[in-house]
Amino acid sequence: MNNLLVLPIAVPVIVGMVMVIFRNILWLHRLLSLLTTAFIGIVAVCLMDQIKLTGVQALYLGGWKAPFGITLAADMFAVLLVLVTAIVTFCCLCYAFSSLGMEREKYYFYPLTLFLLAGVNGSFLTGDIFNLFVCFEVMLVASYVLISLGGTKIQLRESVKYILINMITSSLFLVAIAYLYAMLGTLNLAHLSVRVAAAGQDGLLTAVSFLFLIVFSIKAGLFLFFWLPDSYSAPPTAIAAIFASLLTKVGVYAIIRMFSLVFYHDLSVTHLFIGILAAVSMVLGAMGAVAYWDLKKILTYNVVVGVGFILAGFASFSLVGMRGTVYYLIHDMIVKALLFLLGGTIIHLTSTTKIKEMSGLIRLHPQLGWMFFVAALSLSGIPPLSGFIGKIFITKGTFQSEYFWLGSIGLLTSLMVLYSVMKIFMNAFWGPALTEETEKVTTDGLLLPIAILTALTIALGLGAEVIHEYVDIAAAGLLDSQGYIDAVLGGKL
Amino acid sequence: MKEPNDVILRTVSKVAVVIILTFAINLFISGHHQPGGGFIGGLAFVAAIVLLFLVYGIEKVRKNIPVDFKKVAGTGVLIAVFTGVGGMINGKPFLYQVFGHVNLPFFGETEMATAVLFDVGVALAVIGTSMTIIMSIGDDR
Repeated sequence: MNNLLVLPIAVPVIVGMVMVIFRNILWLHRLLSLLTTAFIGIVAVCLMDQIKLTGVQALYLGGWKAPFGITLAADMFAVLLVLVTAIVTFCCLCYAFSSLGMEREKYYFYPLTLFLLAGVNGSFLTGDIFNLFVCFEVMLVASYVLISLGGTKIQLRESVKYILINMITSSLFLVAIAYLYAMLGTLNLAHLSVRVAAAGQDGLLTAVSFLFLIVFSIKAGLFLFFWLPDSYSAPPTAIAAIFASLLTKVGVYAIIRMFSLVFYHDLSVTHLFIGILAAVSMVLGAMGAVAYWDLKKILTYNVVVGVGFILAGFASFSLVGMRGTVYYLIHDMIVKALLFLLGGTIIHLTSTTKIKEMSGLIRLHPQLGWMFFVAALSLSGIPPLSGFIGKIFITKGTFQSEYFWLGSIGLLTSLMVLYSVMKIFMNAFWGPALTEETEKVTTDGLLLPIAILTALTIALGLGAEVIHEYVDIAAAGLLDSQGYIDAVLGGKL
Repeated sequence: MKEPNDVILRTVSKVAVVIILTFAINLFISGHHQPGGGFIGGLAFVAAIVLLFLVYGIEKVRKNIPVDFKKVAGTGVLIAVFTGVGGMINGKPFLYQVFGHVNLPFFGETEMATAVLFDVGVALAVIGTSMTIIMSIGDDR
């Protein structure tokens, strides 16, 4: 029993509700939201230490033992993601202070972000598949409001599509859960794992696992990403950055959790298929990123490439590949938020999204230019930045599992990604500066969160040793789920 | 707008609202051991207020029940979550509930449970949310 586990979920809800009650005190909202994310970060660090010392932590809500009650379970993988989520949200909130505008901020932006955070953290920490569904919904309902917050025409149009896609997916999710319950009679993830292992993963269970894969693929933007580029370019920058960095990653997390803890007995079918999906989304995403000359489109297609790459490492299902997956997932969350914030700042400065109409920004905004350069290199995995280590582990993992095609596609698309972001850099920052009159706007307050994230991506690359230990525990925990099962079920059953 | 002749509706709903509210509270309390509870009790409560809306118009009811229902919902969620935190303070898991028997005057031996507090929170949250939804859809602004 470890009550720390519930804090990343309960605290945002409590603080968010306090904000709803005191709606008009904006400084309180800003202060409380920052304090909450910082607090969650601290809790995550404490949990990481505890997990390192005593293994996976579990909490039975209300004292009802697993598999009958609601269980929260935290392994190193989940807690690492909670930590990164807190950091990214902190930065995006800072960015929102000076970019979002009074109108939107007053209309429950901060409570909604905190509810989203509660949903994301809940998805990471739950040990029960039905609660995963519930937390998904908490997160999605908050995101529905956030995507349409402000009510501009494009936002309303995209939010209709976004809500429709997610409603259909959620009902499929529920159907899949019902199938699983009908077959195995339990919803606790650890208990499911035990039962699937005992019953053997036959064709029927594999079919159900594919249903789950479809559901999570739509949510993660893996292969079924047709809805993603439009939706993610609709909301304001701070919100788009939160979406790009967190929402798809929850889908990725769900795929990794389900296919490492429950459905891992038929690797040659399920994981090969995940590998194929990953390869296809990398290729299609990279093609989109290369083809478009619209800043927002390029960035959103890069989200798809990132998701493909993370799952390529997972498909290899080897220790090195897993290590790469965990590392790259952390890197991707940070660098995607960073790129979206940078992109938003560029659009804010030039008031256009077409990169051919931009020029010479580096003369007036050298810091912004160099930070974009660092982010671009980090995204495509140039050493010594944070993308490099994840990339090398993932490539090694795919080669080790003899998915040579997968590794090669990963490397090839990295080049295309590099081209796509360099295209932005060269068009927006090089060349003659446009006349002074386009500079009506300032970057006051926008650069600080960007600087934090840039520093982080450099630190993650140079100081990989520091978190290597934790990543190792996370990767090992994903491959051998016995520790997780023992912690949740208490060694019984 | 012409006034409809709705004497019967007005007269009946004056009585019906009281009955529905009583029933809502009954549902809420019986929920501890029998079917019922905060969620359904809250919904029945809302049904009574919606009946008032239909009969007397949204403006009049808003004037007589001057509460911001968003805040009601917020308070409800806070109460519910804090009963969970109560368990944590006593070194038990989150959401841990206790109950005991207390000898109250007039009622005699009564069962008191912290789960009821949680249910109060749920009821307030349900009332707050459904009223907010109905009022924002029902409003023509």
